[in-house]
Amino acid sequence: VKTIAIDPITRLEGHGTIDIFLTDEGDVAEAYLQIPELRGFEKFCEGRPVEELPRIMTRICGVCPEAHHMASAKCCDAIYHVEPPPAAKKLRELLYSAFFAGDHATHFYALAGPDFVVGPTAPAAERNILGVIAKVGLATGKRVIQHRAGCQEVVKILGGKAVHPVTSVPGGVTKGLTEAERDRIVALAREFVEFGELSLELFDTLVLQNREYLDLILGDVYTHRVYSMGTVDSQGRVNFYDGAIRVVDPAGHEFATFAARDYLDHLAEHVEPWSYLKFPYLKKVGWKGFVDGPESGVYQATPLSRLNAASGMATPKAQAAYDRMYETLGGKPVHAVLATHWARLVEMLYAGERTLQLAEDPEITSREIRTVPTETPTEGVGCVEAPRGTLYHHYATDAKGMVRKVNLIVGTTNNHAAIAMSIRLAARKLIRKGVEANEGILNMIEMAFRAYDPCFGCASHSLPGQMPLEVRIRDASGEVVQVLERA
Amino acid sequence: MSKPKLAIYWAASCGGCDIAILDIEARILDVAAAFDLVLWPCAADFKRKDVEALGEGSIDLCLFNGGIRTSEHEAMARLLRSRSKLLVAFGACAHLGGIPGLANAFTREELFAEVYRDSASTDNPGGVLPALRTAVAEGELELPEVCGALRPLAGVVEVDYTVPGCPPQPAQIWAVLETVIQGKPLPPRGAVIGAGEKTCCDECPRRREEKKIRRFVRHHEIVADPERCLLDQGIVCMGPATRSGCGALCVSVGVPCRGCYGPPPGTRDQAAKMISAIASVIDSQDPAEVEAIVAQIADPVGTFHRFSLAASMVKGAGS
Repeated sequence: VKTIAIDPITRLEGHGTIDIFLTDEGDVAEAYLQIPELRGFEKFCEGRPVEELPRIMTRICGVCPEAHHMASAKCCDAIYHVEPPPAAKKLRELLYSAFFAGDHATHFYALAGPDFVVGPTAPAAERNILGVIAKVGLATGKRVIQHRAGCQEVVKILGGKAVHPVTSVPGGVTKGLTEAERDRIVALAREFVEFGELSLELFDTLVLQNREYLDLILGDVYTHRVYSMGTVDSQGRVNFYDGAIRVVDPAGHEFATFAARDYLDHLAEHVEPWSYLKFPYLKKVGWKGFVDGPESGVYQATPLSRLNAASGMATPKAQAAYDRMYETLGGKPVHAVLATHWARLVEMLYAGERTLQLAEDPEITSREIRTVPTETPTEGVGCVEAPRGTLYHHYATDAKGMVRKVNLIVGTTNNHAAIAMSIRLAARKLIRKGVEANEGILNMIEMAFRAYDPCFGCASHSLPGQMPLEVRIRDASGEVVQVLERA
Repeated sequence: MSKPKLAIYWAASCGGCDIAILDIEARILDVAAAFDLVLWPCAADFKRKDVEALGEGSIDLCLFNGGIRTSEHEAMARLLRSRSKLLVAFGACAHLGGIPGLANAFTREELFAEVYRDSASTDNPGGVLPALRTAVAEGELELPEVCGALRPLAGVVEVDYTVPGCPPQPAQIWAVLETVIQGKPLPPRGAVIGAGEKTCCDECPRRREEKKIRRFVRHHEIVADPERCLLDQGIVCMGPATRSGCGALCVSVGVPCRGCYGPPPGTRDQAAKMISAIASVIDSQDPAEVEAIVAQIADPVGTFHRFSLAASMVKGAGS
């Protein structure tokens, strides 16, 4: 068997390796995505005071520490049986919405943007944020930087630090909002909304009006029919901070709606010896291997699957963008993995609108931001939508609130099986006998996973570290005939 | 004249150091103008073989974040050391091991058992564990080895400078980069740069009184007075044992310091420094009472060594 390796995969958060095995004829026999690391947060959080976990778990991922901070704080609320005051919840969601607006922008412009804006087969040296800026112009490039800075500023105002925020504690937050800070956030949030609209316009011009890209998005190279998961509010609309978890089947019919605390009834994780990362699946359907369709428990938890699982968006401009996306792509659900980029921009607009909505809420400057816990701590689950998927934190403590047991299912991990399948599919479609697996083709295989915005830093929470992705191509005898690596 | 070469790499880290570099905002364009970027895996498509092809010492500045946990991290650390004129341990993990260094209190086997066998959502009746080599239908797959413990960068190769923090604050990052870009003199090799020369307390806006502590509390148990020193209020705050430089961010928003900027100048072990700070503020001379008061501190090792366990002299360090 001939194999092709891409190592490390680049423009993702964390490390990964792809191995592609070829047959004697030169077609793809199988492709494997390996995550070569584990950090062990589940173990080394044992013995820590549980109120410290919102500050420890952030270090799972410096790209989305806000997600871990929130899931962990909500888990602590549950453990202490304490309900934060309404203003505290709004302050957390305000921070979280601004974070989402920035995180989705980082992915679109810095990580995925190079593929669409610069071109999937452009020279490697141009496929980066600087290449994107060269293409869209310095003015737009500066606007991207300014937008990210604004989002980070809101996180710093509310969370104390722009990377690894610290203010959420069991029962609320330690930092309220002054009138002046509120005014500043309102001004920034208006810009977030404008930037969200601008980004959708850019997507329209650069991607949707380019027939080649549209064919790529809608073609069979990047399409999978799997279950979709996402968090919805009481009206079934997308929410990032709180709600019920809804799963729809590949045809778009509701399969399950459950509270975070019941996640173990619905989810389980499969182990393979060739990767440090586990493979979650829907327990009631079962693990059937790396296959799609309604008989397989493989699901996705991505911006696209959140939109598939929900009935709509909670803000007007995002709702209009949502409608337009489904109209253009032929109705719900959409299974074209590359459409995830579009869904991400719809969510980015929602995040901006939601930031503005919360900042203008009269209660947001309330001083009632803490409920001091009085109950004996026990066990709890905290769940939010991380940008890269539904995030579950589950801890149990002793009566003094010292951690005994931790379980985590992290954003990207939800999508591990689906990402592996997308890579295999793209490899099979793009690598054929007689076709040289050049760097451009391998980048198009990487695009299959980049759509998920995978964060293997998060996923490898289980040991330290990260390393970018490698693809190894092996011939029928197992010899590595080609290695594409980036480190 | 060709531009100096810059490499940025991550080993056992979370990516927060990379985000902190982006947080220098528009000045990232100045960095792009001043340097030839030769490696930055999270943002650009360069490959390991591109770095291998460079001559020894041809990278002018390498910012290395993350600790060393796998054989692969170690290989990259050695490669980048040989290719770099200035190798900087960037951020708390490269400096002291950081939070992932807390894993050094456990064996690798304990970590594996928890993650792949005992955790609540794991379905693994066959007890399958990740293996360095796995035979699959098409051939064999390999995984890099996870080392027995996590080491700071200086535990593996010689480090020229250290920029502390989890993550280093953008203003400090820019100050360091600007110094290099403008070719200004750097302090003697081995120095901590991009930080202050005092303790976090010296930057803290809170009011300090003569400390007399009879009871320690955990920070979620009380609503702390916003003006007074947290340690005065009985909340364990690592400020006295932590180098200045972050701008006292956590304490300014009502949350105690956990020591991410590492020990202050002249201090080798952060926990030892904190223990002596605690000992000096307890309001009792009675050994039994002192012991009872100290016993109120939840998880002293995991708190005093929150970021520095892998660099400490207690169990796990460098083993």
